[in-house]
Amino acid sequence: MSDKLAGFRDIARVRTLADSIARLDPGRPVRLMHVCGTHENVLCQYGLRELLPEWLTLVAGPGCPVCVCPASDLDLAIRAASMLRVVLATFGDVVRVPAARTSLSDARARGGDVRVVYGAADAVALARAMPDREVVFFAAGFETTACTTAAALRADPPGNFSVLCSHRLVPPALDALLALPGVAPHGFLLPGHVIAITGLGAYRELCLRRPIPMAVGGFEPVDLLLALKDLVEQVVDGRPRVGNDYTRVVRDLGNPAAIQAIDAVFEARDSTWRGIGMIPASGLGLRRSFGGRDAAARFGLEPDPEVADTSPGCRCGDVLLGRLEPEACPLFAGACTPDLPIGPCMVAFEGTCAARYRHRRG
Amino acid sequence: MCLAVPMRLVSIDGAEGKAEVQGVGRGVRLDLVPDAKAGDWLIVHAGYAIEILDEAEAAESMAMVAVAMADEPVRA
Ligand code: SF4
Repeated sequence: MSDKLAGFRDIARVRTLADSIARLDPGRPVRLMHVCGTHENVLCQYGLRELLPEWLTLVAGPGCPVCVCPASDLDLAIRAASMLRVVLATFGDVVRVPAARTSLSDARARGGDVRVVYGAADAVALARAMPDREVVFFAAGFETTACTTAAALRADPPGNFSVLCSHRLVPPALDALLALPGVAPHGFLLPGHVIAITGLGAYRELCLRRPIPMAVGGFEPVDLLLALKDLVEQVVDGRPRVGNDYTRVVRDLGNPAAIQAIDAVFEARDSTWRGIGMIPASGLGLRRSFGGRDAAARFGLEPDPEVADTSPGCRCGDVLLGRLEPEACPLFAGACTPDLPIGPCMVAFEGTCAARYRHRRG
Repeated sequence: MCLAVPMRLVSIDGAEGKAEVQGVGRGVRLDLVPDAKAGDWLIVHAGYAIEILDEAEAAESMAMVAVAMADEPVRA
């Protein structure tokens, strides 16, 4: 199998596909958007943008779940972490993301117990190992991650395990982007591992309401170019549809067990996205039957709407909408680097600014 | 954090499995892939297998690319 996957990285195949895209030239600029931090990393790592014809641009949208998480959500985690007996467990990326003037790593420096975990199951194991402490799992991420939080909650975790829920859904965000003037692209490269969970249904429905080319892409260079070719073909023939160019993982109906887990544990709720604002039914909250696991209720944590969302000078909001290339931010690689990040887009591994910084040339 | 990687399932013990890739092994939760069998390639994300890789589809995609390559003029 590793040999088979190596074929998806083969440079001759990548060049051939890039050439066949170039020959589709519609005689006008085409601007596509991906919404996945892993896609950005693959694009940068393999220098794929340099292979694309001049008329084709591929911008990064709000595909980094840690970056779109508003400061007020992180603020709840920071306040939980400062409580006596509480252990705050979350993904490594989240720890350093600034919320207003402080972050989870600051809370840790002030004595808060903040642990990095690989996933929800590790946070549950932590709760089992420390029965006299309260383990709060700060759960961020799109559908791909939400189903893992749901699975952990359904596997009968110990009573001292609770969740601060900051999960978000991709389709409502795409819908919202299409309504923003100057932001809407000519097509969306869809995130393969999100669609592997949900299936294509919600995107087909979106495509009917707001016809726009869409294609599901995987994460090897050949996967990505196959999806781009699909998108450009749709732009050229003027018949938007939802293509699936990652069939080895993505099935039409998604993963039924994962969908069932999400439905059993969560319900949709209005959520704020950093850079975009409030999007109706774009986030997940715990259902009443899992309300006892809600850390915000358990510890009386009310969101503080006064928490400022961006640091002065940071242009993450524009970067997340694909309105600004990170390199065009005056702070990029000068005042703002992964070691001393100013905005979440430079902190998170999947952040667009961080990906561009890691792979910058010269 | 959203990074998901293919790993091969080596053994199953209830809802837990052992998976490995390139000689590196780790535990993986199987709650979301009830049909997984030892030997399957899984997509693993945040400690959970989220999907089973379809090897026939992988071969088919490669065949499609091969056709595209045969149609292409040879690059000078
Ligand atoms: S380079 Fe830094 S300051 Fe500029 S948008 Fe990115 S994260 Fe914000």
